[in-house]
Amino acid sequence: MRGWLVALMLLAAPVWAVEPGEMLKDPALEERARELSKGLRCPVCRNESIDESNAELAADLRLLVRERLVAGDSDQEALDFIVGRYGEYVLLRPGLGGSALILWIAGPLALLAALALGWRVIRGRGGSPEEAALTPEEEARLRDLLKE
Amino acid sequence: MVAELGHFALILAFVVAIVQMIVPLVGAQKGWRNWMAVADPAATLQFGLVALAFGALTYSFVVSDFSVRLVWLNSHSDKPMLYKVTGVWGNHEGSLLLWVLILTLFGACAAWFGQGLPERLRARVLAVQSSLAVAFMAFMIFTSNPFWRESFPPLNGQDLNPLLQDPGLAFHPPFLYLGYVGLSMTFSFAVAALIEGRVDAAWGRWVRPWTLAAWMFLTVGIALGSWWAYYELGWGGFWFWDPVENASFMPWLISAALLHSAIVVEKREALKAWTILLAILAFGFSLIGTFIVRSGVLTSVHAFANDPFTGTFILVILAIFMGGALTLFAMRADRMEAKGVFGTVSRESALVLNNILLAVSAFVVFIGTIWPLVSELAFDRVLSVGPPFFELAFTPFWVALALILPVGSILAWKRGRLDKDRRVLTALACFAVAVGALVWALQTGRTALGPVGVALGIWVIGGAGYDLIKRTGKSGLGRLFRLPRADWGKSVAHAGMGVTVIGVAALMAWETEDIRVAQVGDSYEVSGYEVTLVDVREQVRGPNFIATEADIAMAKDGRQVALLTPEKRIYPVAQMPTTEAAIANGFWRDLYVVIGDRQEAGGYAVRVYVKPFANWIWAGCIIMALGGILSLSDRRHRVAAGAPKMRAVPAE
Repeated sequence: MRGWLVALMLLAAPVWAVEPGEMLKDPALEERARELSKGLRCPVCRNESIDESNAELAADLRLLVRERLVAGDSDQEALDFIVGRYGEYVLLRPGLGGSALILWIAGPLALLAALALGWRVIRGRGGSPEEAALTPEEEARLRDLLKE
Repeated sequence: MVAELGHFALILAFVVAIVQMIVPLVGAQKGWRNWMAVADPAATLQFGLVALAFGALTYSFVVSDFSVRLVWLNSHSDKPMLYKVTGVWGNHEGSLLLWVLILTLFGACAAWFGQGLPERLRARVLAVQSSLAVAFMAFMIFTSNPFWRESFPPLNGQDLNPLLQDPGLAFHPPFLYLGYVGLSMTFSFAVAALIEGRVDAAWGRWVRPWTLAAWMFLTVGIALGSWWAYYELGWGGFWFWDPVENASFMPWLISAALLHSAIVVEKREALKAWTILLAILAFGFSLIGTFIVRSGVLTSVHAFANDPFTGTFILVILAIFMGGALTLFAMRADRMEAKGVFGTVSRESALVLNNILLAVSAFVVFIGTIWPLVSELAFDRVLSVGPPFFELAFTPFWVALALILPVGSILAWKRGRLDKDRRVLTALACFAVAVGALVWALQTGRTALGPVGVALGIWVIGGAGYDLIKRTGKSGLGRLFRLPRADWGKSVAHAGMGVTVIGVAALMAWETEDIRVAQVGDSYEVSGYEVTLVDVREQVRGPNFIATEADIAMAKDGRQVALLTPEKRIYPVAQMPTTEAAIANGFWRDLYVVIGDRQEAGGYAVRVYVKPFANWIWAGCIIMALGGILSLSDRRHRVAAGAPKMRAVPAE
């Protein structure tokens, strides 16, 4: 709720994220490495990707990602390699398997439920936009008024 | 002595709040007017006392009274005056006092400006508002007292975190709090209405200005925070989907939904129960935000006071208020039968859809935020939910929202027809798609995000313009400036949203970045700009820091467009480095440069970013807030306050 306030305090670090020396010569490979880094969480930091973090471990991980890519790994193989070592925790985008499926389908399911409910509200009331019939008292009052 | 005065004032305010919580409520129940009348002066007194306490704490910071523990922990005698003052709320205890100050300010405002409210409703609103004040004052006095003294005062303080020594701290938290706490007002109105068991058009009309004000402050607060992160963090990120950011975003989404559903209550007396529920939930999310920041339950970059006891206390407050309000809601919701009827194609239906999308998108943010906790507790599976998830799961809702907005906003109430507008809307859609396609053609091999975002933005802005023109009706454009301000407010706010959509999409799709080691005098090209590292000066002394400064020239087509001076600072007292990026703001793009450490082999690490449309993100937010102000200044809101009985029946 403090907004960014204290974020800034602890984010202090990300200032020196990717260092010039770490970058690969091949721009295509470097691009892939950057994309992968953005999806990997720095395990010792608070909610930062290794691409943003300047913790030493994050730098090590960035180099590791690049090593795997240079060695010819596909993106998925490189990710699997890191997850194999550091656990699922490092993935900023959780996989679809097991209980995480709930997370992924919760939104669409909620939307369907809300739409169904919304439809009922609209239809339930919208069958005839004509005003409801007058009550007997109102009819009587209307007759009185018209007579005058 | 001054600190003790503040402490004493705070305790007095606590006592007054307890009285205000009980007496008017009993009075309203029994119909005793003199008991109800207690609420007004009590609300004013309460605010005065808390303001006194806040003033006392500020004074302690200004004179650097290090015998006050909080001042010692968060200030330093060398610190510039501005940051001595803003340091008051740059910490857990002080910010809590600011929170309570704003809470009582809103209560007092309800007493001052609520003269048109029915007596009972006003007494109940003020009592409920005061019960919130009681909870938070108890929290402050018993667990987080800002006036604690040190028995052996140190000679100097530990300084405020250098990253917080920024004008951003002066404005971001107060605005954000005005937003969060502003929602307490709608909460109080909702609970008071539930106690009364009556919700009608008049209620919708009274609650709307408060919601509008809170939403507006929240918009500005979030935008300021995002902008602050953008220039302070050194790489220009503007949104991180961090739990604490999400905590401010969820109330924003819910209050936006509430804003729209309250219109339906006001104009058509439908969606009453839903509106009450939203009013309760909006403040509920504010409280959840407070809990997340101050408990340390979720790993966030914004961690604040990571004290389990603090967290438990807030959780209890949350449980009491949400539990109580929702129970009351369950008991009374069936009394709120809808009066207005409407057809399937109508403004009401469009607003229902708007509410569905906003509420479900808030739910997606919510579940993504708490999932790591749930997963660990329930499934024993430790995982992270980060930006990639939110971008994927959240964006579709906003695409849908942007798509329906222009259509929904011009539909008539009750039973709408679109055939007359079909040509204009088709033309507008074609134009938006054409621009999107053009943009698509101009860029090669990138994501679809940019073109789609630009097309949507144009669609929304154009729709807002058409809405306004359509409102002038047959009398021609001459009437444009004589339209009610609420109409202008609506269109301006919607256009603001379009501007933000364009900014976000363009920045995320087309940002370019260059990181390299440069020697002084080096010149190189970054996406069309000639970058020259002109000079680097080390050991430049500031008031409480030492800096490395660089001069970097940016030229385009041989003509210099900017000379930027980024800095890297070290704050010796806090032992912390910060980077001060230098930014050349522009309408179409920002040039963003950062200077880094001297490299062992000579030269400096230099980062250069070209950020297209960056300013549009925050400009859009400011435009949205302006729309809110326009709406708020509409005559109808002011008149309504003084004439509670008018228009019990919907106009159409």
